[in-house]
Amino acid sequence: MILSIKYFGLLAEITNKEEELIDFSRSYIWELLEVLYIKYPNLKNKDFQVAQNQELVPFETEINGKEIVLLPPFSGG
Amino acid sequence: MDRYNRHIILSEVGQTGQAKLFQAKVLVVGAGGLGCPVLQYLAAAGVGTIGIIDFDVVEESNLQRQILFGTSSLGKSKAEAAKSRLQDLNDTIIINTYAEMLTFQNAIDLFNQYDIIVDGTDNFETRYLINDASVITGKPEVFGAIYKFQGQVSVFNYHHGPTYRCAFPNKPKQDAVPNCSEIGVLGVLPGIIGTMQANEVLKIILGIGSVLSGKLYCYDALSNQSITLSIKKNDVEIQNVLLGKNNFEKQLFGTYCESSFEVSIKDILNKEDVQFIDVRELNEQPKVEDFCIMQIPLSELEKHLDKLNADRKIAIFCQSGIRSKQAVSILKQYNIHNCFSIKEGAFEINRYIKGSQKHITNE
Repeated sequence: MILSIKYFGLLAEITNKEEELIDFSRSYIWELLEVLYIKYPNLKNKDFQVAQNQELVPFETEINGKEIVLLPPFSGG
Repeated sequence: MDRYNRHIILSEVGQTGQAKLFQAKVLVVGAGGLGCPVLQYLAAAGVGTIGIIDFDVVEESNLQRQILFGTSSLGKSKAEAAKSRLQDLNDTIIINTYAEMLTFQNAIDLFNQYDIIVDGTDNFETRYLINDASVITGKPEVFGAIYKFQGQVSVFNYHHGPTYRCAFPNKPKQDAVPNCSEIGVLGVLPGIIGTMQANEVLKIILGIGSVLSGKLYCYDALSNQSITLSIKKNDVEIQNVLLGKNNFEKQLFGTYCESSFEVSIKDILNKEDVQFIDVRELNEQPKVEDFCIMQIPLSELEKHLDKLNADRKIAIFCQSGIRSKQAVSILKQYNIHNCFSIKEGAFEINRYIKGSQKHITNE
């Protein structure tokens, strides 16, 4: 299945892109993250949340959508 | 009243809505990039009581985005400088200022005096503190945060809706996300995000439209794209906060977000007029004996504030650098700001002193 992954904030700086398509065949968000951690080792020590179909979900969630967002918390004000 | 004519002629606001605004009490935490536009619009709209809490003073580098201040405000308390500008804008409202840090000790009392809390701060420690105090006092929290060209807006704890911890359950690691002073921010961005926060505040007070509760609005100023993510309520997170209610005021602020108050032993030895405080228990080894040290165990620090000379720099150390950071947080609560936590513990300090030939005198 082809997933569209969006990166916000400093995550986009780590991956050097704001969006990409990934062909992914396993089931869970955390499995997707393992793939991304191999592709972008510096993602591993960053804090972020994941949204699927525009809803923030835990990493244990099964992937059932095509749109994934990786979103770090912002502290600035 | 002519002042509010453009509100009153809106059928969604009217005299009734304007009266609601006048009766509302809103506390804005942080009068910086986000706080300034929030305050400006709330004051102009006639929100009857506005509280401003900010311990900081106006610096020249703030003027690029913190629109309530001018060159005449430099060096002044942000809370006071904001008040004087806002009172000129609208002298019919009450503005309370608190030129101090928001802490676990003062948050509950302060929040209880207001209806709505606005988060315009610039660090995670305070953001989690605001969330928890809002949950405990049952107040809606209008949240805004920015990073370079992007911003986030939400309303937490609105009618017992999702909270900040439901969206971001894990407190970020120390220095995980750099702030504006380290990486920069486009000046107009906090203007956009802060103005959206003001809009949420007005909708909550007026009871019109739909409030961004259970939703995290994410905006990108470069692409003009936005995305709204929904947030599920996490009852476990909320219960945990409520369970901590009785111990809330005993917690210490800033165990990880105070890195700017950390110094190395090398840097502090190069400064003059420093008072060294060892906050370990009296029996802890090794002793640091090469220069004059005052020993005040962390547990007794608050009883011995009179021994500190606030005119001198206060450099605090312990065994590893953790208790010394807590000590700095405690002193800041007593408005003693000229204090630093030495990063290295006693072993490293001794090693450094023995390794350097520098002779230190300390009267």
